[in-house]
Amino acid sequence: MAGTQYRGSEIKDVDQFIDDSAGLSSEREKEIGQHIGYRYDVNLVPDYKVITPFLSKYMEIMGWDDLNWLEDVHMGYEDGKPAVFDRNINGWVRVPDDIILPDNQQDRDMIARELLVKFQMSDRHPLVTLRKAYMKF
Amino acid sequence: MASVNDFDLKQMTQDERVKALGMTSEQLTGRSMFMEFDAGASERFLYPWAPDVDFNKRTEIDSDEMTSTEVNEEIKKLMNEGYGTIVLKNPRGKHSLGVGILSKLNLIIEGSTGYFGVGLIDGPNVRITGRVGWSCGENMMSGTVLIEKNAGSTFGAAIRGGDLVCRGSVGSRTGIDMKGGTILVGGDTGALSGFMMQRGRMVVCGNAGKNLGDSMYDGTIYVGGEIKSLGVDAVHAELTDLDKSWLTRKLTQYGMLPKNGVDHFNKIVAGKMLWNYDNLEPSEKKLIL
Repeated sequence: MAGTQYRGSEIKDVDQFIDDSAGLSSEREKEIGQHIGYRYDVNLVPDYKVITPFLSKYMEIMGWDDLNWLEDVHMGYEDGKPAVFDRNINGWVRVPDDIILPDNQQDRDMIARELLVKFQMSDRHPLVTLRKAYMKF
Repeated sequence: MASVNDFDLKQMTQDERVKALGMTSEQLTGRSMFMEFDAGASERFLYPWAPDVDFNKRTEIDSDEMTSTEVNEEIKKLMNEGYGTIVLKNPRGKHSLGVGILSKLNLIIEGSTGYFGVGLIDGPNVRITGRVGWSCGENMMSGTVLIEKNAGSTFGAAIRGGDLVCRGSVGSRTGIDMKGGTILVGGDTGALSGFMMQRGRMVVCGNAGKNLGDSMYDGTIYVGGEIKSLGVDAVHAELTDLDKSWLTRKLTQYGMLPKNGVDHFNKIVAGKMLWNYDNLEPSEKKLIL
């Protein structure tokens, strides 16, 4: 029954959801044929030692002393592919195959943040079209 | 329903179970947009529609005789004229001041605001020298908000991102339904703080009231003082070196680092016993009922 025990699986390896896109580790997941929980650690706080120059410049332009909202952005995994969740379109955006992923989540998260900022600020972001069509104020 | 028994269900695949129970299958994880990042995207730091403001271009608004709507329209007008620093004088506890600012800006409010101050913002840095009423920073997306004195209840309700900081104490239900971002409280927080929190971080330097983190699904709460009681499914977790480094950095940034550091902070997370994310559970409940 719901609410009696956690029946998802644990994240043990950075490539776990690339090697096994279904991510069915626990008994419950195997039983229902569905992964339970996030495919990345949503509570992982950023390690500022690995920040990229682009993100440092973004912080400076916005007048922030840290990554601000980007602290909640991580690289996730969809259907065995690295992807980033874009809250502005409520969906996943895939990371191109030609980007080589580092071997640790912290560095991957920094790449995810950089890609997401560039995408959100670009003219090809769906919000640009939506804004033109629906903006009221 | 009577024709399907528990044994039959266990033999079926997920799709078969769903069909047998008359349910439709729904993917609960985020939906892929089938979009891909452009690896060669140009370096842009602001939304395409954002006004080109300069932090060094400063002006003032005296809101004494203005309505909240007039103040908010004036802020937008000044941003379109390139003003990057706006000082708002005589707010006199008006509600909904500074809402919906969707770009970078330094906004300094000299005084106190009423309900729903600086809600729905995406980017600005706000400093409020007085107190704030209920639901300050509600649905905030990004930016920083610093309140010098105390805040009312539902501080940072449904916040999605950014730093929402209160140097004083806050009321109850702080960060209710928060979905991201960071809430920092220099003093105490009231009952049911972090209620139904889904992600993000809350840091309370003082004490926390009853039922802290009740029904939280995810996210982290750090408390430096005493916790009156934990809510349903909120559990203690180990404070890691990375947590300590992040806490020290964040609290120092706002001049709120306790004299004795952060080693004594308690870390509270979701026990994940309330997670109800799989498609089959509604079907099972139906079968039992």
